[in-house]
Amino acid sequence: MPLDVDAVVVSNTHLTRDYNVLALAAAAVASQTQPGQFVMVKPGGGDDPLLRRPFSVFEVLRDDARQVTGLSLLNKRVGVTTRMLFALKPGDRVRCLGPLGRPFSVTEPPERAWMVAGGVGLAPFATLAAALRERDTETTLFYGGRSANDLFHLDEFRQLGVRLELATDDGSRGEHGNVTVPLARALGDADRAAPLRVYACGPTPMMRAVTQLAAAHGRTTEVSLEQVMGCGLGGCYSCVVPVRRDGGPAHLVRSCLDGPVFDGSTVVWEQLVS
Amino acid sequence: MNVDLSVDIGGLRLRNPFIAASGCFGYGVEYADLVDLSTLGAVAVKGLFLEEREGHPPTRIVETPSGMLNAIGLQGIGVRRFVAEKLPLLRAQGAVVIVNICGSTIDEYAEVARILDDADGVGAVEVNISCPNIKKGGMMFGCSLQGTHDVVAAVRRVTRRPVVPKLTPNVTDVASFAAAARDAGADAVSLVNTFLAMAIDVETRRPKLSNVVGGLSGPAIRPIAVRMVYECRQAVDLPIIGMGGIMTAGDALEFIIAGATAVQVGTANFVDPFIWNKLLTGLTDYVQRHGLAHVSDLVGTLDTTDRTTAWTSS
Repeated sequence: MPLDVDAVVVSNTHLTRDYNVLALAAAAVASQTQPGQFVMVKPGGGDDPLLRRPFSVFEVLRDDARQVTGLSLLNKRVGVTTRMLFALKPGDRVRCLGPLGRPFSVTEPPERAWMVAGGVGLAPFATLAAALRERDTETTLFYGGRSANDLFHLDEFRQLGVRLELATDDGSRGEHGNVTVPLARALGDADRAAPLRVYACGPTPMMRAVTQLAAAHGRTTEVSLEQVMGCGLGGCYSCVVPVRRDGGPAHLVRSCLDGPVFDGSTVVWEQLVS
Repeated sequence: MNVDLSVDIGGLRLRNPFIAASGCFGYGVEYADLVDLSTLGAVAVKGLFLEEREGHPPTRIVETPSGMLNAIGLQGIGVRRFVAEKLPLLRAQGAVVIVNICGSTIDEYAEVARILDDADGVGAVEVNISCPNIKKGGMMFGCSLQGTHDVVAAVRRVTRRPVVPKLTPNVTDVASFAAAARDAGADAVSLVNTFLAMAIDVETRRPKLSNVVGGLSGPAIRPIAVRMVYECRQAVDLPIIGMGGIMTAGDALEFIIAGATAVQVGTANFVDPFIWNKLLTGLTDYVQRHGLAHVSDLVGTLDTTDRTTAWTSS
């Protein structure tokens, strides 16, 4: 059940000039969070900016005794709220409502997990990797960014036993080009009989390409869509996504309730605003 | 001291004056796990046409200074599915339900109202003649005195429930529309719906909303909404449900003192879904502090007497 917590900022780690990881003391929210779920956050109590913003839960934080202490957000400085979240200091407070939304399905052996992330789309995969690790699921992260400096958290994923396939736009790390390049090669090389589930989060064109590539190789993709959201609870009907199920007509469904995780094959990509 | 927060809207008794605003609270059932719906004055559910509607493509909302624009386009499940699927859940929760009804034609409004009249658990019908985001219906009727009269009269003929037209602020003289609604048989009026507005991305020179224009809500509109409630109170002797950017009990009190018997809270629910207890506590504190027994004693008590003190030197 979602809770609204007035969470204290525990730390704010600036990764680059635009990316930061914000750790919040929101244990009651974090302890309920499943991989792929999100929170609605609002720094400051004023009317401007007015609305909360949706964020994937990046990490569920634990102390040395493995007790849940809070959660972290991976933030990219883009607009008013994200600039405020970038500038917060330890001791500041953030309203944090969650957990919300449908989570990823966490697959188990013998099925393998391939997570495909673009940029800030890395956010839902740290918790997913941890959950996959608990099930001993063999996991690979395909991760693309602008340059080597924009690829984060690699050691943490390695410690979770995740194999890394990296790609950068400028070729400064891993494959030169889109993350779909190493993904396409790996899909072609993979044993068709071995079960595999693909997860994707990132720019809409990337998720569309991943879904189509995976489908061409008979694989299912779970995508985590990011839509402009008003409330996160199904009240406002802002965050709708065109979805087609069972060959029927496309319908606009609320990504806060029916998502943010969708079976990529049901998303009507050509009607989705990115 | 116990205070009486209950109010009467055209024969519909509410436990307190706080109503979840239509379009901002889904069909109410979305919030049933978070909020005890029976503690609200009422729930005004999302606007319903006769049939299902897809609404506008995204982008459907954009934030503006101390407010937001929306152009959802009244996506909805249609009145029959509402009655079959949602109304029983709301009744089980003990919610007082106000159903917001829409139509592309006067006949459609009447048909939706007639279907609801046969259903159990409908407290009142709020007649949406003020949605700024749809091509046919909505504000098209609410911007014409004759249209307002004709829709309200048609709904009045087919329902026993209190009829509450929801007025648009996108007119020169909102009080004349309240009077037209009264003359057509309305039991109360609610105001304001959103202000027609737009926002532009200057880099791309594109509108920020897919529908180009949308409705402005939130604290940005509150002072205008308070003024409009005050004007209607002066002009007509009907209960008024006031709304527009209410974020706190103090904001709600402005509307009540200006002349609203009850208030609706919309955008604030997006910011804080747990706002209802805070509003009730704040209102109760105020009523006690001012030594009143009933919140209804506050309605329309704006004091506009001359405050200057006569002073003469001797």
